[in-house]
Amino acid sequence: MTLAIHELKNKRIGPHEIERFLRAHSFPIVEDRVATFVYHGVAESVELVHWVYGLEQSQLFERVPGTHLWYFVMDLPERSRVEYKIGVTQGGQTHLVRDELNEHFARDPYGANSVVHGAGYEEPDWAFEQEGTRRGSLQSHTIQSAAFGDERKIEVYLPARFRPSRRYPLLIVHDGPDYLRFAALREVLDNLIDRLEIPGMIVALTESPNRLHEYANDERHAQHIVDELLPMLEREYPIAPTANARGLMGASFGAVASLSTAWRNPGVFGRLLLQSGSFAFTDIGHHDRGPVFDPVVEFVNEFRADPGQPTNSLYLSCGMYESLVYYNRSLVPLLQSTGMNVRFTEAPDGHNWENWRDRLREGLSWLFPGPLWMVYE
Amino acid sequence: MNGQPKIVFLGPQRRTPNVLDALRSLPGVDARAPVAIVSAGWEEREREQEEFEQHIRGRAINLEVYHRVEEIYTRDPAFRAAVRDRHDRLRALQRFYRDRLAYALDGARQLLAAEGDEDLVGPEREAAIEAVRAIDAHHFHRIQQIHAEFQQRLPYGRHQLVQAYRDQLRRQVADCSVLCIAGGHVAILLNRLRISGLLAIWPQDRPIVAWGAGAMALCERVVLFHDSPPQGPGNAEVLEMGLGVAEGIVPLPHATERMHLDDANRVTLFARRFGPAACVALDDGARVDWDGSTWSGAPQLRQLRATGEVAEVTV
Repeated sequence: MTLAIHELKNKRIGPHEIERFLRAHSFPIVEDRVATFVYHGVAESVELVHWVYGLEQSQLFERVPGTHLWYFVMDLPERSRVEYKIGVTQGGQTHLVRDELNEHFARDPYGANSVVHGAGYEEPDWAFEQEGTRRGSLQSHTIQSAAFGDERKIEVYLPARFRPSRRYPLLIVHDGPDYLRFAALREVLDNLIDRLEIPGMIVALTESPNRLHEYANDERHAQHIVDELLPMLEREYPIAPTANARGLMGASFGAVASLSTAWRNPGVFGRLLLQSGSFAFTDIGHHDRGPVFDPVVEFVNEFRADPGQPTNSLYLSCGMYESLVYYNRSLVPLLQSTGMNVRFTEAPDGHNWENWRDRLREGLSWLFPGPLWMVYE
Repeated sequence: MNGQPKIVFLGPQRRTPNVLDALRSLPGVDARAPVAIVSAGWEEREREQEEFEQHIRGRAINLEVYHRVEEIYTRDPAFRAAVRDRHDRLRALQRFYRDRLAYALDGARQLLAAEGDEDLVGPEREAAIEAVRAIDAHHFHRIQQIHAEFQQRLPYGRHQLVQAYRDQLRRQVADCSVLCIAGGHVAILLNRLRISGLLAIWPQDRPIVAWGAGAMALCERVVLFHDSPPQGPGNAEVLEMGLGVAEGIVPLPHATERMHLDDANRVTLFARRFGPAACVALDDGARVDWDGSTWSGAPQLRQLRATGEVAEVTV
């Protein structure tokens, strides 16, 4: 197969050829398993900046001779999602910018990145507001925390047609507001509940003012969740009183916080949904992930030595393009050996919110199966 | 008419309600008489009938079948335990059936997709489909046996509380002109309808309108289906024997959402498995009528055909 960029290079490039090329394609150009990134503009150099573990983080574009068109060709496996920026160097200064030729981008707490989709990737319709879908509601609370000695804000999602006389499963989500903003959690819940793929559930969205510290196996965090938040939620809402109806969820350090809280309190949470967990550990020597990981490594090492059975069912997902996949993969046999039901999913994606969004349907419906098979409206 | 009420099956009512049109079109329905509604499939939500009353622009008598049977269960725990025991037996049977079915369906799908000399492949394909049908038939027979054993041991009709409830139900429906049975959880709805005996009580000269699980429960077999559920293989399966007042049809609520109707092999296999019953797509706005001996549908009503097409109903 001859790539579009190579066809262009093989032509005699006249004044309108570049314009025609830019109009004729959507960018990056995805041809089978190959993506061609393109930048058009004056620059001393152009580079692709991405976070795919295993590839050079910065890769230089080539310039089409005699033009201001720059390109870089990269292998892109099917159904991949890769977030990136373009580094443009002018006057000796490099600026990271979004790809102006690409309309796809993903927001995160630091801003937004451009996104390239491999062949076959489809944005899930259940992650977007759908006409006719019944919508849940959000209620705000402030909870006094003796564990932390301060006040904590939480939001509580109640499913559409919520009824106080009914008992609901509970899911406590770490980094809840980020899940709402960047992983469309509210739309996901509305759609999956409306489609009967998960039951109507109450979802508590928590956040931390110092997550890298508090989520890293901090005893106070587990105490806050189990001794303060959970009793408050059980007082305020009709929550089913069994471990299997209670779940914890989180991504990255939020996954560490979820596992650590469940591990410290076995029998309380029967369901864990852990995404791209920062489960760094060492077999020998010191880790190289910086001091913020010190308590994480200590925890995961302890957990590996004595995992116990922190929950009943555990859904684990991780992107293939993030370095954490090696830790997550190697935890799976250990988790399975404890007698828990464990499901592990790897996705051709990175350490980002849309990866976590895209796995929610599988994870939530596996942990909290809805009545879809039996209910016919 | 064959001594059976006229029955109308409709598509789902939430987004495209057509129950009012159906009621208005039925001969002999007294517009001033109340409509009886069963929404036991929605369990504890059964009493939420405002949406339905908006659809019919009138009042409805909710027969509260779910709650009334719950009351019987509460008052007679032994009865509840016996019903639960039967339920457990049926679920265990369902697991065995699923295991056998999965292998048979894999084989049938492979042969439906197989290319080559038709003289060679054709008979194998037929045998594979027959193997699936045989598993379905065996399972259905076993379900019948379990129900028959239960009825012999504990006939609903002789249970004092059930009898009293049925007497009350008889009085409740006396003035109703039409019975509507809504969707919901099909197994729960079926169980409640069985215990209530409502279909035997309902006067045969008055029509029944049903949708979703309500339509499924009235047929001979209850077939569960979804081609791409978030979990599980999505193999359509026979769940139960239905109430059998509507014959020769397998209603498929939300078929377009739940099934891959553009996959000819899947359509063929489904239609062949459950044929000669007509597998009818009950999507939004759909309607199909049973007069006691034949089905008739509006021109746009669609049926899964053995040829793999989804085409106009010709039942």
